[in-house]
Amino acid sequence: MYFKVLFMGEQQQPLEDLQHIKKMMERSSRFISLSGLSGIAAGICALVGAWFANGVIVDNGGPSGYRELVSKTLEVTSLQDFMGHRLFQIAIYTFIGAFISAFLFTWLRSRKNDVPLWGYTSRRLLINVSVPMIAGGIYLFKQMQFGNYGLIAPGCLIFYGLALVNASKYTLGEVRYLGYCQILLGIVNCWFVGYGLYFWAVGFGLLHIIYGSVMWYKYEWNKTREA
Amino acid sequence: MSLIENLNKIFDSRIRLGIMSALMVNKDVNFNELKELLDITDGNLASHLKTLEESEFVKVQKGFIGRKSNTTYSITKAGEKAFKTHLTALEKMIGTVK
Repeated sequence: MYFKVLFMGEQQQPLEDLQHIKKMMERSSRFISLSGLSGIAAGICALVGAWFANGVIVDNGGPSGYRELVSKTLEVTSLQDFMGHRLFQIAIYTFIGAFISAFLFTWLRSRKNDVPLWGYTSRRLLINVSVPMIAGGIYLFKQMQFGNYGLIAPGCLIFYGLALVNASKYTLGEVRYLGYCQILLGIVNCWFVGYGLYFWAVGFGLLHIIYGSVMWYKYEWNKTREA
Repeated sequence: MSLIENLNKIFDSRIRLGIMSALMVNKDVNFNELKELLDITDGNLASHLKTLEESEFVKVQKGFIGRKSNTTYSITKAGEKAFKTHLTALEKMIGTVK
């Protein structure tokens, strides 16, 4: 009888069954169509944006010279002036470009997998990303009104990092490490005020590209070859 | 002897086990989501779902998103109970085999 238990146990592989259950529970409650290519595309947009922004800053005498110029010519309280500002426009274009390209690859992947992009898992992911992002956005907006421009760049990195750490429970778990790196970068940036653009280029550009490549290689490369 | 009796024959299949696992942690899951999760064909998935439906472990809701039909599945009370019993049996087996 005992032998039979052993025999059956081996045949049904209870341990593997349990591992399978765990994997299925995890995968079904996370949004896994997030494409690595999205990360790479967003990263490239960020680098292109940073390159243009750097051009504007260098033309006006580097970070310190530029800030002096801004503080002389820009009325801090006037939001309209700020909206019309060259750097702000570059930032907006970069954000839109990054968002669209990131969206595109994830959309393509979810279509290939025949899973609705707007499903239960993606909705939950979006809500959990949005909470730290919106709170951070409002806070940084206030900082801007008070003229603390130097803290905007580190603030963006920190809040974005927090959003990613929060999101990692609802998508590929590796997003967590990208989040940690962004937070760390943002904190270091607090001691290098004025060099925000370079930190942005590393955080939003380089880190996204590295993360995206690793994810793409890990989850999509093999699948593409098999297909 | 009791150990094996507690294992549910319906959960012998990895696919049915996967479906039940997904439904345990999600309120409802639609057909395409299950298909992606398990990486199987429509026909294969449909037949496994049928088995679970017939044993009343899973219930089906048919609806529409726009003009596309959207069929979602959720776990029944009986299904939840059977799955938990099966889990316990698996855990006990590991204990015994060790």
